[in-house]
Amino acid sequence: MTDIKEPLIPVVGVVTDIRIDTPDVKTFRVVTPEGKKAFDHKPGQCAMLSIPGVGEAMFSITSSPTNTEFMEFSIKKCGCVTEWLHSMEVGQQITIRGPYGRPFPVDTEFAGHDMLFIAGGIGLAPLRSVINYCRHYRDRYGKIDIVYGSRSMQDLVDYREIIDEWTKDTGVNVYLTIDREQPEWDGHVGFVPSYVKDLGFSTDKIAVLCGPPIMIKFTLAGLQELGFDKTQVYTTMELRMKCGIGKCGRCNIGAKYVCKDGPVFRCDEIDELPDEY
Amino acid sequence: MQEVKREVLVSKASELLNNGTVDRVLGWKAGEFDYDITPAVFYTAEELERDFVWNDFCGANFSKYLVAETGKSENKLLVFLKPCDTYSFNQLLTEHRFDRERVYAVGVGCNGMLDISKLRSSAEGILHVHTEDADKVAVDTLYDGTVTLDRASLLPDRCVNCKSKKHVAYDELLGADGEVLDSGRFDEVERIERMTPDERFAFWQGELSRCIRCNACRDVCPACTCEKCVFDNPQSGVENKAAATSFEEQMFHIIRAFHVAGRCTDCGECSRVCPQHIPLHLLNRKFIKDIDSFYGEYQAGAEVGSRAPIVDYRTDDLEPGEAVERGGEHA
Amino acid sequence: MRKIALNQLDQLFAEIAASRKLYLPVDTKAGAKFEPWQQGTVLSDALNTVRSAKDFFFPQTENLMDFKVEGKNIEVIDTRSECEDFVLFGVRACDVKSFEVLDRVFLAEPVDTYYKNRREHGVIMSLACTRPQETCFCGTFGIDATEPEGDVVCYKTEDALYLDARTEKGSALLESLGCLTEEGDWAAVDAQKAKTREYLAKLPLADLKTDGFGAGTTSKFFDAPEWKELSATCLGCGTCTFVCPTCQCYDIRDFNTGHGVKRFRCWDSCMYSDFTKMSAGQPRLTQLERFRQRFMHKLVYYPTNNDGLFSCVGCGRCLAKCPIQMNIVKVMKKLGGSAND
Repeated sequence: MTDIKEPLIPVVGVVTDIRIDTPDVKTFRVVTPEGKKAFDHKPGQCAMLSIPGVGEAMFSITSSPTNTEFMEFSIKKCGCVTEWLHSMEVGQQITIRGPYGRPFPVDTEFAGHDMLFIAGGIGLAPLRSVINYCRHYRDRYGKIDIVYGSRSMQDLVDYREIIDEWTKDTGVNVYLTIDREQPEWDGHVGFVPSYVKDLGFSTDKIAVLCGPPIMIKFTLAGLQELGFDKTQVYTTMELRMKCGIGKCGRCNIGAKYVCKDGPVFRCDEIDELPDEY
Repeated sequence: MQEVKREVLVSKASELLNNGTVDRVLGWKAGEFDYDITPAVFYTAEELERDFVWNDFCGANFSKYLVAETGKSENKLLVFLKPCDTYSFNQLLTEHRFDRERVYAVGVGCNGMLDISKLRSSAEGILHVHTEDADKVAVDTLYDGTVTLDRASLLPDRCVNCKSKKHVAYDELLGADGEVLDSGRFDEVERIERMTPDERFAFWQGELSRCIRCNACRDVCPACTCEKCVFDNPQSGVENKAAATSFEEQMFHIIRAFHVAGRCTDCGECSRVCPQHIPLHLLNRKFIKDIDSFYGEYQAGAEVGSRAPIVDYRTDDLEPGEAVERGGEHA
Repeated sequence: MRKIALNQLDQLFAEIAASRKLYLPVDTKAGAKFEPWQQGTVLSDALNTVRSAKDFFFPQTENLMDFKVEGKNIEVIDTRSECEDFVLFGVRACDVKSFEVLDRVFLAEPVDTYYKNRREHGVIMSLACTRPQETCFCGTFGIDATEPEGDVVCYKTEDALYLDARTEKGSALLESLGCLTEEGDWAAVDAQKAKTREYLAKLPLADLKTDGFGAGTTSKFFDAPEWKELSATCLGCGTCTFVCPTCQCYDIRDFNTGHGVKRFRCWDSCMYSDFTKMSAGQPRLTQLERFRQRFMHKLVYYPTNNDGLFSCVGCGRCLAKCPIQMNIVKVMKKLGGSAND
């Protein structure tokens, strides 16, 4: 973990851009008042954002570490803090502290491998960082497959970036799906777990999963049916967090603290945790 | 000493389990020592025989447990109720908090329950407590041999000033019923009323500043049965696990006293469970005393369905101005 | 080893308090409590304080920082100041051990600087127990009540207080008190210790064992059917957590004063229904799960992360204070199997 001198005291961040992704997801660009990136991070790590007087909450950093100018956070409106964030205008200051947690092993276990990224809904947010990292260091990884699904076409996060950039990369295949038919949609229709099974990926790669718990559960089962071992599959967990440094006790599950020992876990590691998630 | 013996309770409970009247029993379970008794649900006669306890330390009022417990089975549950517990029982029924049909209530006479902290501060290194005598309690200790104490000196305030030995609700009664007592329960309230406002403020500040916001008083209180307490709601603006300022402890307890006013039966559980020995029941008693004097005597839980004067408008109700006058220059 | 007659304790306390704040257990209406010493303060004879000594390093509430908010702009104001030196006298062996349990959380990287600041400025003068209570079971966790750890370890005999420095901080303190104390020997202390050990052996919980619990035993206990019965009448209050010397879960909240925002930290409890509640869901829906979390953490999870050290020190406060008299001893006996029959 990065050395953090004052782990609980945040710095000020300025929101310099707000992109509306879906009806309930916005992507916020954050820099320091001096216009710099607040701190360096690794793919999969999180940061605590807060609005004084409203509260603090943990979010995954959705921009890639290779972006040296700013950080981005794709945030779904679902609680007190996120509602406030969604009502912000450009120029608003917030506070930010981090980075927190164990990142994806992009330079070790992932290096040299074919990668399969599977996301559902807002689950793309934590994966966007690692996907763009792999795209940036394209020669360090093999083939990249991305399966991404959401309720509807309008609920696909980062849609423009996916279409304009990801699909144009060589050696990157993007498979999009939505839950129900829509007149303006000519792509695949169906849930992510069954789409993954239909696509029938070969097992010589590493899979990274993120989405609602139910999607993770069924997709993991599907991957195992295809012959994947749990040691080849990574995911991220979400529990309530307050301190971000493995002390306040909220995200404690078994002997692990999600904020410090996670949020990235290999699926066989999750098996060792008590079944509370 | 308790007039009714443990064997009588165990045999009654076993009989009702065996004949199918009830499928489980809410009772007191033996602990590590003679005094650390835990409320527990018993399912078999064997469990009752082995672990059921009825002695001078069975202070816990089971009424509130009925709210959750009656929801768990269609069958009847046997609950033992001391006289003061029956008032809470009725009050919860008045508020429709549980289904009476799912409970078989057995009233059991009570000779007062001992205060464990008084006992522990009177005897060091307690190995055994003998409560067979009517007036004396003999304690075997590690340091001073057997210490004999006056039973009366070990009673908590709620038992010293017991309001009633009469059961106001039961399906069956073990032992003889008692009478509503002319207790001196308002004496302490009057003493506080006689203080000057500054003295009174200092008194309550001294007491309430010890609060650690553990919420035990609220969680045990049979009048606090809201599905979601305002103090647990992050949106309420008053949710705090610890007091941010010394004023907050007062807010918490005073708001709570207002919330239970007219519904508090004066069972005294709040003071029993307080780890900091704050005499919380005195706040509630002040309300009871005021309601009595403003609107005529009213005992919450004395009968099912009664309307507390403060939620029952009558044309001859006290005018608010009279309360202001009564407060004098400090109103 | 230094020594001072018990009838001179006031002078000793006055001397310590002359240069820094001194806290010691004092009897109050609601039991013993650590209070600042002042002329006339009498040291409590009680075995232990109602609240543990953790408050001195991890207070129930503390301000972390302030914010000034003006329009869209925010200023973060670090309100910390260097803690003043203080001495904590009369800490029992169990509570001294609890500091180690807390240290392993708060001083692990990244260090909690609020805690560290207080810890560095506190000098612990522990006091060996002479009259353990029936609720004591520190021996279960390998703690010797007659031989506490601490910067200065104190032993009380019939007529004197013996003081032995164990750390640099402790030596410095004892040296500053040199003229008040005289050289002492271990004979009287050892005699007192032998007597206390006889009492310890006779305690009702003297035979309680941790056998079976500890690192890596999650799967053995997590799904045990006994949790249902153990947690059945738990009120879900936080009494056990708040009187516990090793419980350290906390919440961070904001408080708008009208002139600015204070961000404070306060004790929290895994027994509370909203402890893990998220807008996305609640992983621990029932009191059974919350109750289990507290005891699994003390007996399994914490030892797993801390070389087998349990996060219970056997002080007995939860035994004395739980409104329904449910506690870790009952949990250990019920789940621990044959070792505790």
